[in-house]
Amino acid sequence: MSVFPYLVAGWILLIGLYGMVRSRDAIHTIGCLAVAQSSTYVLLLAVGYRRGGTSPYFSDTPKSTTVVDPVVQALALTDVVVGATVTALLLALAIQLRKRHGTIDPDSLTGLKG
Amino acid sequence: MPTQDLLPLAVAVPLLGAVLLVVAGRRLPRVAIDGLVTALAAADVADLALLWARTGDGRSVAWLGGWRPVHGEGVGIVMVGDRIGIGLALLTAVLILAVVGYSWRYFEQPPTEHPGTFPALILVFEAGMCGFALTGDLFNAFVFFELMGAVAYALTGFRIEDPRPLQGALTFGIVNSLAAYASLLGIGLLYARTGELGFAQIGQHLAHHRVDALLVAAFVLVLTGPLVKAAVAPFHFWLPDAHAVAPTPVCMLLSGVMVELGIYGIARIYWTVFSGPHGIPMACFRDTFVAFGALTAVVGAVMCWQQRHLKRMLAFSTVGHVGLFLIGVALVTPEGVAGTALYVAGHAGVKAALFAVTGVLLDRHGSVDEYGLYGRGRELRLGGVLFTVGGLALAGLPPFGTGLGKAVLEHAALSRFPWLLVVFVGVSALTAGAVLRAAARVFAGAGPRPRERYAGPETTGGGEEPEIRDPSRAVPPPMLAVPAVLLLGALAVGVLPGIGRQLALAARLFTDRAGYVAALYGPAPAPSGASPATGWTAEGVSLGLLSTLLALVVAALAVWGPAVPSGAVHRARETLSATGRRVVLPLRRLHSGHIGDYVSWLAVGLAVLLVVTAAQV
Repeated sequence: MSVFPYLVAGWILLIGLYGMVRSRDAIHTIGCLAVAQSSTYVLLLAVGYRRGGTSPYFSDTPKSTTVVDPVVQALALTDVVVGATVTALLLALAIQLRKRHGTIDPDSLTGLKG
Repeated sequence: MPTQDLLPLAVAVPLLGAVLLVVAGRRLPRVAIDGLVTALAAADVADLALLWARTGDGRSVAWLGGWRPVHGEGVGIVMVGDRIGIGLALLTAVLILAVVGYSWRYFEQPPTEHPGTFPALILVFEAGMCGFALTGDLFNAFVFFELMGAVAYALTGFRIEDPRPLQGALTFGIVNSLAAYASLLGIGLLYARTGELGFAQIGQHLAHHRVDALLVAAFVLVLTGPLVKAAVAPFHFWLPDAHAVAPTPVCMLLSGVMVELGIYGIARIYWTVFSGPHGIPMACFRDTFVAFGALTAVVGAVMCWQQRHLKRMLAFSTVGHVGLFLIGVALVTPEGVAGTALYVAGHAGVKAALFAVTGVLLDRHGSVDEYGLYGRGRELRLGGVLFTVGGLALAGLPPFGTGLGKAVLEHAALSRFPWLLVVFVGVSALTAGAVLRAAARVFAGAGPRPRERYAGPETTGGGEEPEIRDPSRAVPPPMLAVPAVLLLGALAVGVLPGIGRQLALAARLFTDRAGYVAALYGPAPAPSGASPATGWTAEGVSLGLLSTLLALVVAALAVWGPAVPSGAVHRARETLSATGRRVVLPLRRLHSGHIGDYVSWLAVGLAVLLVVTAAQV
């Protein structure tokens, strides 16, 4: 098992974080959050990978077949659902904020400070 | 009904209730919706109370769907309830019931096309929080964490006509979700190492591996979610922004239990997963998190004192107290856990009551600004009394539950970290002093009218959208009855000796890792060792009185200090505020309301935690 996918996961997380810090637009921030979240998919699938493994279904294959870990796939799937819900909710908030406030630039959102 | 079925039921009842409310809400009149949600909240309280009684000084274990482990191996998902977890879920359910009672007539006009949305969201929130308190599985904890998170973002931004709640909700959502994903990365790493997802199972398997960078990274990443939820500095920036703008009933829940669930998560995950052999050494956990707790407590207290926006003041007071709770669980002793549990129970009642009275002010005057409300609360006599009593209880006045919890924690901290006494007394006094200062100005019109000018960054709290459209009518009785009952509850935690005794036993069980593991596979042996003492002592009472006295003194100085024309008091005050400005102004500037800044602080906090932990193992 190569270390490469783990480095990729780390890189995706950091690039997402960087994007969120530098963001000038709430929609962009939420997009970067989704990027940061993608690192969890990569990590989970890398954890479950088995060399030469097939997808974990046992309909017509013998039970001794090497398969990739189905648990992490279930985790990743749940993660996708959670991520989609949260992203949709945050985007809805951002759109509403644009309607009411006229801007979604974090530098102009100064209602809460101190 | 078997006891273990009560565990999933505590999550299922509010979830199904929420579905019912959304589906049937369109056809039902307002009274029926309120009655239904009250009945559902009461049913969950009954379920958890029964679970508390039946579990006793032991643990209830439920393997969902009957997927029990065979020969110690299995893929089932487990829920484990001991009295700390069940107690926290029960506290959540009771507070939900109080909030439902409080908002009975609060949101007079729910979204017209979707009546029942607000109570349905409250019930989903309850399901997430109860699930988090009762789960014995790390991935399930993540799911419940995100469930309560997502509902909390929606509830914070519930008033979508006003831009500020939207901004607060967005900040809250982005920072908390990012932290949750960091937790998931940590869970992935732990699964890669052990092939398990249950708290106890991961802990068992970690004993066969060495301590290395992967374990440290997993430890820090997994704890990121609970740390952000608990608003531990420097992960706390989202909390005042969200609490200042959320609808008052939601604030009561956020400050009362949700933030404390983060502390619970830290303690539970540490004890069950990382405290065993080849885990994270106790000394490392203790020193690191006592330091983080002390930092959080001081930042929260200092910022709390600076606020004139009442909700923001209470939010920072929560940050201060959460720091004290973190110190409590970081002492890694049963006494620390017992003290924290008492403190959390008392604090939930007091803080929710304070928010509830603030909600009445917002209802009457459309403002939560301490300066703008100067003297305008005079006609609200009962509200003033409740707010003042809440402030005194926050200071740790005996015999309130907050005072008892603080006394037990001070005693627990005394032997190893005597300097923590200063933190405990100082933070209690300063946060309570701010509340008493506001009480004197708003409800009694005491002292000269506060000056409006301030050079630094500030959130004033004036011109808030009143949450009820018709300020001419009388205050609905539940809006003052609920805070009164909550304060009585906080008093009961300190007065009834049975509660302290039960929580002491519960704390002994909570810190018994071997028993927790054994309970998954069969009856666990009773924990050895004496349970900590949780009664009132002369030392505890005197420290409680001392912090109350200090709170009164700082509040009096702030209110009447400017009226003194010259002399020692005036000069002392001027010097204090001059030095204060130099320290405090940069701190206030850090709370910029900018999402990018908050994400940077999250990254900085993560990095610091990684380095500090790696250096100590």
